[in-house]
Amino acid sequence: MVQTTTKNGIIVAKTGNEIMAEAMRQIAPDVVAAYPITPATEIVQIFSQFVADGLVPTEFVAVESEHSAMSACIGSSAAGARTMTGTSSQGLALMHEMLYIAAGLRLPIVVALVNRALSSPINIHGDHSDTMGSRDAGWIQIYSENSQEAYDNLIQAIRIAEKAKIPAMVTTDGFIISHCMEVVEKIPDEDVKKFIGEYKPERPLLDYKKPFSVGAIDLQDYYFEHRYQLIDAMEKAKPIVLEVAEDFKKEFNREYGFYEKYKMDDADIAIVVIGSAAGTAKVAVDDIRKKGVKAGLIKLRVFRPFPHKELAQELSNLKAVAVLDRCDSNSGAPAPLYLEVTSALYTHCKSECPKVINYVYGLGGRDIDLHHIAYVYDMLGKIKTGTQIKKVVNYVNLR
Amino acid sequence: MANDRMIEIRWHGRGGQGAKTAALLFAEAVLSTGKYVQAFPEYGPERMGAPVQSFNRISEQPITLHCAITEPSFVVVLDPTLMDSVPVVEGLRKDGKVIVNTQFSAKEIAAKLKVSSDKVFVVNASKIAMDTIGLNIPNTPMLGALVKVIGDLDIEGVLKDTRHKLEQKFRHKPQVIDGNLESIKRAYNEVQSEQAVAAKNA
Amino acid sequence: MVKDHKMGWKDLPEGDRLEAGTAANFKTGDWRSEKPVWNKDKCIQCMICWIDCPDSAIIIKDGKVAGIDYDHCKGCGICAKECPPKVRAITMEKEKK
Repeated sequence: MVQTTTKNGIIVAKTGNEIMAEAMRQIAPDVVAAYPITPATEIVQIFSQFVADGLVPTEFVAVESEHSAMSACIGSSAAGARTMTGTSSQGLALMHEMLYIAAGLRLPIVVALVNRALSSPINIHGDHSDTMGSRDAGWIQIYSENSQEAYDNLIQAIRIAEKAKIPAMVTTDGFIISHCMEVVEKIPDEDVKKFIGEYKPERPLLDYKKPFSVGAIDLQDYYFEHRYQLIDAMEKAKPIVLEVAEDFKKEFNREYGFYEKYKMDDADIAIVVIGSAAGTAKVAVDDIRKKGVKAGLIKLRVFRPFPHKELAQELSNLKAVAVLDRCDSNSGAPAPLYLEVTSALYTHCKSECPKVINYVYGLGGRDIDLHHIAYVYDMLGKIKTGTQIKKVVNYVNLR
Repeated sequence: MANDRMIEIRWHGRGGQGAKTAALLFAEAVLSTGKYVQAFPEYGPERMGAPVQSFNRISEQPITLHCAITEPSFVVVLDPTLMDSVPVVEGLRKDGKVIVNTQFSAKEIAAKLKVSSDKVFVVNASKIAMDTIGLNIPNTPMLGALVKVIGDLDIEGVLKDTRHKLEQKFRHKPQVIDGNLESIKRAYNEVQSEQAVAAKNA
Repeated sequence: MVKDHKMGWKDLPEGDRLEAGTAANFKTGDWRSEKPVWNKDKCIQCMICWIDCPDSAIIIKDGKVAGIDYDHCKGCGICAKECPPKVRAITMEKEKK
């Protein structure tokens, strides 16, 4: 029987895109500037319909490209407006240079992002290549397993970004979540409004009584100091992420953190994974545990800021860990999440580190099912009992 | 198998026949009966007339699976001509059922699909759609047939929710709403298996 | 090594922001090798020098040109060049150092 976690919760069946658009309506940003791209098109399409129907007072700016979308967002956010947009894949790639500017100017823009592979070849399906390509742009990155998390994360991201003064992107897996209808518990409009609060920008550019310049040149003399402020802010965003999650739990009874631990208490082997595959992997863990295997799972939610100390602590007592990446670094070295996880372990492990293996899966939306995940746990069982890791990076369901 | 009690459904149709809409409508209707649901289409370079698939999961428990459905418990075939080109019963579970929109009998369809006749249910959804809606759009009647074959879903709840959805979509065309609901009811009553026919004739 | 008196990251305003009008605090007058000299009697108050000066170094009082701000004038000579040829109220002279 479908149950709500709060007494005012509203149960609906919505696709990931529909619920992201719904969250945006409830957030009611001052400005949304966007350009359509599959599979994120519906988010801004549905939202623009809300605007046209007068359901939300947002100024909707239809622009001619994603580069312009992010540029308009930067202008609007600097002016002091609560600003959002939505995009995916090539769209995010086209925004790339503006992402760094939004971060450097410390503008809390929030992007509803749908993960999709990057060309070439052209592919519209879900993988994490797009956001992983922006991982060092100075943006907070929050990944969602399902529509419920996408909805909850987008609402939390507004508060996180505005408090940390760093832009944030909240992602769902293209088609797998964006176009999958699922049961979602909505929060009433007034409760969302209360939770995110009113946006009070520190120095809006439109304050003509106290004029100032933004985005000036910094040479060898000040660039480093300004960039260090962003580095410091990203570190300080960690407690903010947790505070907002704590508050969210108090209000709406759903728990969030840097990551979700699934059956980790007595686990001696575990998978670390991001996004929708975590849901499938949970079922695989349940299946394997019936055979007496002490399998666990960590689903990373917050990739930026990266919780390296916390994650290392969770993993350090395990015997073997598999890091699943829905993306490759195309670098002759392992994939991004593996690099982060192993670097965290190497930095923080006090004694012996677990053995860590990398599996790249699901590029271009390639399916990953229970058999594939069971195989990974099988391998972990062998590594635990002494089998040497011959190849660090392995590829799941590749012909 | 993830959860033997989880129902997984695969819809086969042609682009434009409403396989995606049927899966979405069905999911919303099933949610109204208090179960957890998923509905997702298979996206590709489909065009009007190209074979397409869409999927549903139904469970008493929250659904975390996000992989493809390869071993469905029910297969719904919206267009009988698909049986010539698409392996519609591929992966069908041992106790699975296939529901076909056709004018032929369950026995004849079973022979064509090379499955035992107790797996096959038939309903002339195209005719029902022509009679009730005036168009050959078999997706809503097939929804009624599916509810019947699954067995433990409340048809009244499904009808009520579908009425609500259609009222939002077709505010200015009330005749479409009544026709669609009638088509669901008729298919619910008219879908039959070889066993049902045998029982009636006995 | 010259001691650095610049602000550290903690003191800088966040987000690459610069307060308006701070150029007034930065004296660029000693960059000059030539300086403009303004002749009050020849000046017809056309204000072209004021419009064209890139450093806002033409001093205006009560809506009229009143002199040159030598704390900020870099000696580029635009004012002298743009002063109408029949007027020539501003001329450039070698800076005596």
